[in-house]
Amino acid sequence: MKVGQAQEPAIHVRGLEKSYKTLRVLRGVDFDVARGGVFALLGSNGAGKTTAVKILSTLLKADAGTASVNGFDVATQPADVRESISLTGQFAAVDEILTGRENLVLVARLRHLRHPGKIADELLDRFSLTDAGARKVATYSGGMRRRLDIAMSLIGNPPVIFLDEPTTGLDPRARIEVWQAVRELADQGTTVLLTTQYLDEAEHLADRIAILHEGRIIANGTLPELKRLLPPAKVEYVEKQPTLEDVFLAIIGDDGAAGNAGTDD
Amino acid sequence: MTTHFFGDTAVLLGRSGRHITRSLDTVITVSIMPIALMLLFVYVFGGAIDAGSDHYVNYLLPGILLITIAMGISYTAFRLFTDMRSGIFARFQSMPIARSSVLWAHVLTSVVSNLISLVIVVLVALLMGFRSGAGVLAWLAVAGILVLFTLALTWIAVIAGLSAKTVDGASAFSYPIVFLPFVSSAFVPTDTMPGPVRAFAENQPVTSIVNTIRDLFAQRPVSGDVWIGLAWCAGILIVACALAMVTYHRKIT
Repeated sequence: MKVGQAQEPAIHVRGLEKSYKTLRVLRGVDFDVARGGVFALLGSNGAGKTTAVKILSTLLKADAGTASVNGFDVATQPADVRESISLTGQFAAVDEILTGRENLVLVARLRHLRHPGKIADELLDRFSLTDAGARKVATYSGGMRRRLDIAMSLIGNPPVIFLDEPTTGLDPRARIEVWQAVRELADQGTTVLLTTQYLDEAEHLADRIAILHEGRIIANGTLPELKRLLPPAKVEYVEKQPTLEDVFLAIIGDDGAAGNAGTDD
Repeated sequence: MTTHFFGDTAVLLGRSGRHITRSLDTVITVSIMPIALMLLFVYVFGGAIDAGSDHYVNYLLPGILLITIAMGISYTAFRLFTDMRSGIFARFQSMPIARSSVLWAHVLTSVVSNLISLVIVVLVALLMGFRSGAGVLAWLAVAGILVLFTLALTWIAVIAGLSAKTVDGASAFSYPIVFLPFVSSAFVPTDTMPGPVRAFAENQPVTSIVNTIRDLFAQRPVSGDVWIGLAWCAGILIVACALAMVTYHRKIT
């Protein structure tokens, strides 16, 4: 604890174990997440990603091992951890009956911030939701809901943000909107821990990737480091075909309606 | 964190308040079944029931009010259950707020929405000829007893809402509670009931509460029933609240 907060990792996990009855979900998980940037926890369904995020966000107690977030131990200093984080769960953590703006004001009030209305309006603007701000969230599309969800997580500028499968169930366009939001976050110095089962998502977004498999981290590194784990690539010449995603986005006209102007390549 | 308890609870109460005003149908649905029962008993069965009262609706209303509350709390369980299922609950729990305020906001919302339903039912009863010469103090006493009864049942609803696995499970627990007033002095005097039924009816919470409210409305001095009724409410409240807290803490850790 003598080390200044800027030097120690944003997230520090050692020997984390968790079982549900006889099912051993986490079997000794170790990883560190440096400050700033996006860290992806990659794994298939049931690998234990959500369990790990729940423990780190103080929603669940570990059976063994230690974990600290922003220098605070999740087991002994949960209140300090909660001051340091925001969680965007697997299912959009928004209130459907309230409007988008009311959702943001609600979180700002619960974080005891001044001028909640002003904070809400700024975030609506930043996430291109100003026009939808007065509408009930129940009328939002999946992508809008996720953007609102992420906007709610930014209130109070917590240094660490957990995004549990942020793009599961989203269409390709909404997925790109979310990716952009995550990228912007990381660019501003927030530490983002993201769980995903999509390889391309981890590849596209993450500065470091840890692969969680059967309750253990089996690989951890930057994308080039992970690629070096395999034999060197063989050079082959293949005709570049557009992927179905390229086609889909081209014909529906991804014209920057979501605020991503300048991507009309 | 406890320093923010009242502020956080107020903010969350404001949220649930919006839920109620935006789904007023729930408050109305809660009132419809007791009103239908009241119509049925006053205009269909009432003529054949000798309750020894001037107007049967005067005799009936206290029991109908308790049924209204029993109906209303199933929505409390429903609202809590939906919150738990959606990600918003996890978000609240991972935020630096007083954790119990999430639960208290639901409890207070339950009291407010039940009071609205009760007012609707009393207004319909007035249209049907319910009259009481009770003064302000007596009305306040009635309101106090009803709020206490609502709180006691709400904590039962909280247990159901927290531990249910399905939406149906979250609201089905209230059926036996809705049924209790039928085997009490709410609809007919207990002295016509056969022995064991009568023994049950006279010794379950609804009868003493109904008798007390009836006495208050009729401007009669309240009997010892008031203490039995209050003791039942307080007892249920304490036990259910403790169990709900245990369930809640097990749920969030």
